[in-house]
Formats: sequence, C-alpha cells, structure tokens
Amino acid sequence: MAEAAAHDHDDHRPHGWVRWVYSTNHKDIGTLYLIFAIIAGIVGGALSVAIRMELQEPGIQIFSGLAQMVYGMQGDAAIDGGKSMYNAFGAAHGLIMIFFMVMPALIGGFANWMVPIMIGAPDMAFPRMNNISFWLLPPAFILLLSSMFVPSAPGAFGVGGGWTIYPPLSTSGQPGPAMDLAILAIHIAGASSILGAINFITTIFNMRAPGMTLHKMPLFAWAVLITAFLLLLSLPVLAGAITMLLTDRNFGTAFFVPDQGGDPILFQHLFWFFGHPEVYILILPGFGIISHIVSTFSKKPVFGYLGMAYAMVAIGAVGFIVWAHHMYTTGLSLDTQRYFVFATMVIAVPTGVKIFSWIATMWGGSISFKPPMLWALGFIFLFTIGGVTGVQLANAGLDRSLHDTYFVIAHFHYVLSLGAVFAIFAGWYYWFPKMTGYMYSPVIANTHFWVTFVGVNLIFFPQHFLGLAGMPRRTVDYPDAFAGWNMVSSYGSYIAAVGVAIFLYGVFEAFQKKRVAGANPWGEGATTLEWQLPSPPPFHQWEQLPKIK
Amino acid sequence: MSGDLSKPRKVNNGIVAAVCLAFFTGMIGMAYAAVPLYKMFCQVTGYGGTTQRAEKQYAGRVLDRDITIRFDANTNGIPWQFEPVARSVTIKIGETTQAHYSATNKFDRPITGRASFNVQPEMAGAYFNKVECFCFTDTTLTPGETLDMPVVFYVDPDIVNVPELKDLKTITLSYTMFPVEKKQPVASSAPAAGSSNKVPDSDASLGG
Repeated sequence: MAEAAAHDHDDHRPHGWVRWVYSTNHKDIGTLYLIFAIIAGIVGGALSVAIRMELQEPGIQIFSGLAQMVYGMQGDAAIDGGKSMYNAFGAAHGLIMIFFMVMPALIGGFANWMVPIMIGAPDMAFPRMNNISFWLLPPAFILLLSSMFVPSAPGAFGVGGGWTIYPPLSTSGQPGPAMDLAILAIHIAGASSILGAINFITTIFNMRAPGMTLHKMPLFAWAVLITAFLLLLSLPVLAGAITMLLTDRNFGTAFFVPDQGGDPILFQHLFWFFGHPEVYILILPGFGIISHIVSTFSKKPVFGYLGMAYAMVAIGAVGFIVWAHHMYTTGLSLDTQRYFVFATMVIAVPTGVKIFSWIATMWGGSISFKPPMLWALGFIFLFTIGGVTGVQLANAGLDRSLHDTYFVIAHFHYVLSLGAVFAIFAGWYYWFPKMTGYMYSPVIANTHFWVTFVGVNLIFFPQHFLGLAGMPRRTVDYPDAFAGWNMVSSYGSYIAAVGVAIFLYGVFEAFQKKRVAGANPWGEGATTLEWQLPSPPPFHQWEQLPKIK
Repeated sequence: MSGDLSKPRKVNNGIVAAVCLAFFTGMIGMAYAAVPLYKMFCQVTGYGGTTQRAEKQYAGRVLDRDITIRFDANTNGIPWQFEPVARSVTIKIGETTQAHYSATNKFDRPITGRASFNVQPEMAGAYFNKVECFCFTDTTLTPGETLDMPVVFYVDPDIVNVPELKDLKTITLSYTMFPVEKKQPVASSAPAAGSSNKVPDSDASLGG
C-alpha cells in the first residue's frame, strides 16, 4: 500500500463531494453506509406500512387504488394489478430490509466505522475496494426499486415471488423484466458484500495493533470476522443460484425446468444454503454490539469472553448445515427431517450461551439505563422470544401446520425486525456521540425506544395468534375471523412508524443542539479502543499505534 | 497502510485477499457442481420420488404381500388427453407388471411430448423399478392419434425392510406430460422435429 502513503497527515483530507464519492476513508464510507441504510430503511418501512394498511381489514383496501395511481390500471385490471402489487411490496420489503438496510447498517456502517478503530488499525486493508463496496449498493438499490415499475407477469408489475424467488414462479411464472432487474440487483449487492467481506477478513487478520491477539480482540470485531466468513461461503451459492435463474429465464438453460430435466427444488436447496447463514449474517454483528453495550453499562467486563466468541463461531458453523429446516414440506425423507430438526435445535445451545452470558454480565453490575442499554435490553428480551418460537418451528411435525403462516412471520420478525433492528439502534445510540461528537437528547432517545418497543410488539405478537389460527402469509386478503388481531397489528405498525419519525427528529435535534459529547461519554465501563480517541475521531487515527496490555 | 505504521507485521494483504477470492470462486463452483451432484443423488437414492430404471427384468423373488399401485396422469402445456387406462392395480411385491396409459393428441398439428414422473410416497422411489416405460423416450402424436403407452415395472421386495415403508399399502405413480417443442429463449437454430438439442436422453428428466 505504498500509494496510500500520500495521505498520512491528519489535515490532508479532500473536501466537498470528492471527499464522499472518492472516499477511501473507512469512517466516511461507514457514514455513507449508515445514511444509505437509513434511506433504504425508510423505503422498506414505508412498504411494510402499506402492507399493514392493506391488511388492517378484510377485503382489498388500498392496493387497487395504488395500482390505479401508479400503474394507471382501471376496473378489474386494477383489482388484479393491486393484488400483484401487494405481492411485489412484500418481496421488495424483504429484499430491501435484508440487503439494503440491515447489512449496510451493521456490516458496512458500524463495522466499517468501528472495527479498524477497535483493533488499532489506521484504516481498512483495501480502502479503494471499500469505496467500490459502497458505491455498488446505490445502483443495486435503484435496480431493485425500478423492478417495481416494470411488468412481471401479464397485468402485474414488480417481483411477486417473495424474497425467496422460488422457481417456477420466478421463471415461467413471471416472464417480464421485473425479475431480471431484481436478480441483477441481488448480484450487485452480493458483489458489494463479498468485497466488503474480503476487506474485513484481511483487515482483521493483518492489521491488528501489536499485542492485540485474536483472543484479546473485542467481540464486535469477532462478530464481524465470523460474519465476513459466512458471507464469503454463502453468498457465492446465492449468486450461482440466481445466475441459474437468470440463464433459465433468458438463455434457455434448464436448471430448474422440470420438463427439460431440471428440478425446482434444487433452487430451494441452493437458496437456503445461502439463506440460513444469511440470517446469522444479519444478527451476528448485532450480537457483538450488544456485548459491548451490556458490558459498558453494567461497568463489568463481558462474562465469558472466550465462550461468547466461540459461541458465535459455533452459530456460524452450525448455520451451514441446517438449511433444509426451511423445506420440511418439500418431501424430505423422515430421516432427513430428523437430522435437520436435531441440527437446528443444536443452535439453541450456543445462542443460549450468549443470552445467559449477557445476563451474567449484568448480574451484580452497576447498571445504568442509558438509551443504548435500553435498546440492548429490548434486544435480549425480544430476540429470546424469537428464539423460542424458532425452536418450536424447528420441529418438522409442528412446522407442518405452521409452515408459511403468520407464525413464521412473527418468528423471523422477532429475531430480525426486533432483534437485528434493535441491535442497530442500540449501536446507533452507543456510537452516535463517538461518530459525530454530539450527544443526542436522552429524552428523545428513550421516547424513540418506548414508542418503537410498544409498536413492534403490537405488530408482531398478535401475528403469533394469527399464524396459530392458520392465516397464511403472502396473501392480500383473509377471512373475517382474522380481522381483530390484524387490526391490532396494523395499529402497531403506525406506532412504529411514529417511532421512526422520532428517531429522525432525534438525529436532527442532536446536530442542531451540538451538545459536545467528549471522548468517552459512557464512563469507566467503555473500555474498547474507540473511546480512547477524541469524538469524532481524527480523519486518520492510530498514527501512534495503541499499546494493548 | 503507510509503511512506517505496519512495520511489525509483514503478512501480505494480497495473499489473504487471494485466498478469500479462491474461496469465493470455489463456492460458485460448488453451487454449479450441486446441479449434477443433486441429480446423481436423486437417481441413486430415489430421493424425492425418483424412480429407478431397472437393469434386470424381474425382482428375482416375489413376496406374498399385496401392494396397490395407483396411476396418475397430468399434462402441462400440451393439448393432449393423457390418462391411465386403469386407475389402479393390485399386485404382489416383486411381481413384474404391465400397466397402460393412453394419450390422444387433441390439436391440429403433430406434437412431441415427454413425460416426467415420480412416485408417492417419495421414499418408495428407490424401490419402484421400471423395466420399460414410455417416459424413457419422446412420443410424437399426429392430430387425433391415440397411442397406448405401456409401462412395465416391479416393486423391489427390499421395500419391506425400510421402517417408514414396511406397512405401505399404496404407491402412486404419477406422470406429467410436457410438450417438447417449446420456444427456445436462445438461438438454437430451429429445433426441427427432433428434440436432440434439448435433452439428448430422457433419463435426464430423472430429477427429484
């Protein structure tokens, strides 16, 4: 990296748009990622609120009207187009939240910002590649958004196959260009993540400060290292699978076409070989963040450091051999199902190690309920609920009746929407003073927490009841019997949307009031390296490498 | 980064990145390797109800136990009337039997069709041996032509040794008839009447 020697002075930094577009600085790129994630999160959140508005009452509420407005459809075409539009909203919501909100926020945003600082490195190993990783995302996002405005099936716009895009619905079922755009969007977002993963692995392996062995490395860096490996192993399989979809659609191959010797179920195997590690990719960085926050605000070192680190390794490793628990109803043999039930339940063990270690960290600690700690406690509570329903769903027998119902929706939103997203907000309130130098208003942050906590629980807890009662997912309408809890759930989503508005106002307020946070606003509990730097950190940090005891 | 900073450590970043890249390419390769591997896996184990193509003409032994074979027929995008002649047949396990399907072309042009198949319960696929089957080859019917399509099969007596299948009373054999000429998305220079450029051997349709 000899050419990087050009910018080794503190004050040498580009200004204006050049600073951001040409950026090779991990903190600037991290900021870009966070802004991108906030924008994508608002878009994805708006889609989900539209879905909840539709489901507030039985019958078709808003989507026929939306189809009239957006696609200019009339009469019956608007009703059918509206139903397809509902499906497209669901698929886009999932893809956006996974690839353009949670991953950019946790991996691109917080990890980019904090991992080099935490391990005592001046920057990422490949700063230019870091720039490319970020700038691949906006075009991918634009491709995905534009897919919602082009035809998929006759009389329908947008990808209507859910985020899982199973064939044949994604091949012969939707011949229009929408699916191709979405596939390309996933390709590009995947390339971005792969480059990021390579960058993190190299950085963490090669650029730790002297004395910082792997076993002294902060848990967040551990989490990101494991996440990067999961990305490296799982994303190529998704890339392969969706490339097969693309060639099946456009170039006459027959990977998933049964009448020409292909097998649609193979796509599900490939997809979930990626898809299951992907959910750990979404949650592991959150685990790392929560460990730091719980330790900081209990003023105790994290309980069982090595156990915590290797629990994440175990979760990552076992995550690769449980994929078919998403496919119990595809006709797996009894023995195969037995294996996948068992392997899936095994994951509860390292996850339990983490939950209990967090509780043990708090045990006897001097706990202060600052906003990051509130979010972290919310995370632990809600993630555990999602984990419990996960153990239920792991049972092939129970899954027979719960597969593709709202129970599954409730389960994965408890671990992701309430787990990963609470971890993101916890990290946001934990590191916001470090990243900006300004302290937010704790009152606004606490209000944000409580409004969001009430909102998301109102959304998703009733969905357990709906799922147990048999309400299928991915349907625009439902029998009257499900009306009550659906209305509660929809009200919850409006409350959660108010929470987002409070969040944005809190950010605005912090920048407006400019309360100086200081190098370490959290006191003696905050022991990791980022708190030894001023807030915000200098453009180039660790010109004097930190000494690690 | 800048040389003076990273003096203590001399591990080449490029090597780590190259290893990561090799991993990446390897996994892409694995994804594609999954296609033939999965097909082989299905054929060998009968996974997903893939039936077996028997080398022998008979099982060698016949058990004194009845099993009912139900026949099911579907069409997908082909204007044929395609149905089994008899809905079901009850045979001894191990007995070689012939069953008949019939197909009529209801269209005004000759059409070539090919049947894909599987059995339920899927685990029985490994024990359902076809000696002769119309599904091994493509069939062309002229307009209005009706063809009798035989399938010769036996149920492997080893089926009674499988815990999940030992009390099995019924196996359903299901065919789905597909048209062979479909418009190719890619330029494959007029696939004439034959299907040689599609699937050289119908065994390829032995997917799970």
